[in-house]
Formats: sequence, C-alpha cells, structure tokens
Amino acid sequence: MASGVKPRVKVPKKAAAGDTITIKTLISHKMESGQRKDDDGNIIPRSIIHRFTADFNGENVIDVAMEPAISTNPYFQFEAVVPETGEFTFTWYDDDGDVYEEKKSITVT
Amino acid sequence: MKLTRRKLLATSSSMFAVAGLTSMPAFASLTDDAITELTGGAQMSEGGVSLTAPEIAENGNTVPIGVDAPGALEVTLFADGNPVPNVATFKFGPLSASRSASTRIRLATTQNVIAVAKMEDGSFQMAKAEVKVTIGGCGG
Repeated sequence: MASGVKPRVKVPKKAAAGDTITIKTLISHKMESGQRKDDDGNIIPRSIIHRFTADFNGENVIDVAMEPAISTNPYFQFEAVVPETGEFTFTWYDDDGDVYEEKKSITVT
Repeated sequence: MKLTRRKLLATSSSMFAVAGLTSMPAFASLTDDAITELTGGAQMSEGGVSLTAPEIAENGNTVPIGVDAPGALEVTLFADGNPVPNVATFKFGPLSASRSASTRIRLATTQNVIAVAKMEDGSFQMAKAEVKVTIGGCGG
C-alpha cells in the first residue's frame, strides 16, 4: 500500500531564536490494523506506518513508535525549539519498506 | 479428622486466599504485562503526566488523545480494552520543547487509556483516563 500516501506538515515560516513552535503533521494512510476481516472472513493483513520521526538540522525532536491502534491518516502534534535557521525533516516508515519524507525550512530571526 | 462446619469454612477460605494470590499473574491482563515489560515492575506514581482524552468518544476509530509530561524522556500509551494494548511510544529528542504530543487513536470499546512516562531520573509516572466509546474502532 504505497499509493495515495501524501504527507502534510504545518510548520511556521518564521520564529525567534529559542522559540517554541507547534508542529502539526498528517499523512494519508489506511493504517490497516490486521484485525479486520474481508467479506469472505479472511483477515486483511496488517499494513501500517510503524515509525515517525522529526529532526531539525540533524537533531531529533520526536521519535514515535506506532502500533495498529493509531488511527487512519496518522496525525501528530508536538512542540519543538528552534535554535537557528534550518530545516525540519519528517520521516514516516511504512511496514512495506517504503519511507516517506517531507522537509520544511524555517527562518529564525 | 472430624470435619466441622467451622473448620471447613476456615480451611476453604484460606485455600481460596492462597489460590487467589498465586494465580494473580495468570489473571493479569495483557496491558499489565505490557506495562511491566516497559517498567521492569518498577513502582509508578501518578501526577507527572497529564493525559487529555475525551470522556465520551462517538467514533472509536479516531479518538483524540494528548499527553503532557514535563521532564519525560518517553511516553508510552496503552489502551487496555484493545486486542493489542500498546498504542504508541513517543521518544522526545533534545530539540523537543514541552514533552507533549497529541495524536488520534483507535479504541475497540469503552476502556481505560493509560500513559506511562519514563522520566529523566529513571522513574516512571502514569496517568489513566476512561473513554466511553459508542462505536468501536477495530472493525470485525
């Protein structure tokens, strides 16, 4: 299931040095739990994103290990400190081996 | 030995007590096992974590949950009524600001959501919230 996966991230464009900013991320993904059954009673195999990380200039902000109990289209909101101008890298790791990446830069004044 | 009613009651109740004690681990739920695996059986105190969850969730497929644990290294969420109690683990890095995060989770039925936070000094803090679910979120 790698079709139609689209990450969306909201990061402020500007901040003051040392400021706390709120980041919101969403990625469209079915997050098939492995608990559901299809019409014939066969279990639909699990297919989820199992890990999400956010880094700023190579330093980690948050690292989330996800289980099937995370909802469809996983959404995360968290806070980060920005010491300097740089770039956020958001990475999602799919069960099928795919890695989705999104980058956002922020200017610190 | 002559079995009087009094003796029978005494012995049987003590036997029940012993059986109750020894069989405790077998009856412990999946969630307790998962939490013990995380904490190594360490004592947990409450108060260091705040868990934001709705009292009633109409749709168990997306229940908004927020955790806030100042000074925590990582926070793990459990849902004790789900087929798999583990929900997610948030590990906070050096650039994380407030050690808080929120997400949306699936809840199969009305149940407790538990947040266990590992603090910087190695101790564990927990918080618990009951969420009533009108429509479960695990399909079937």
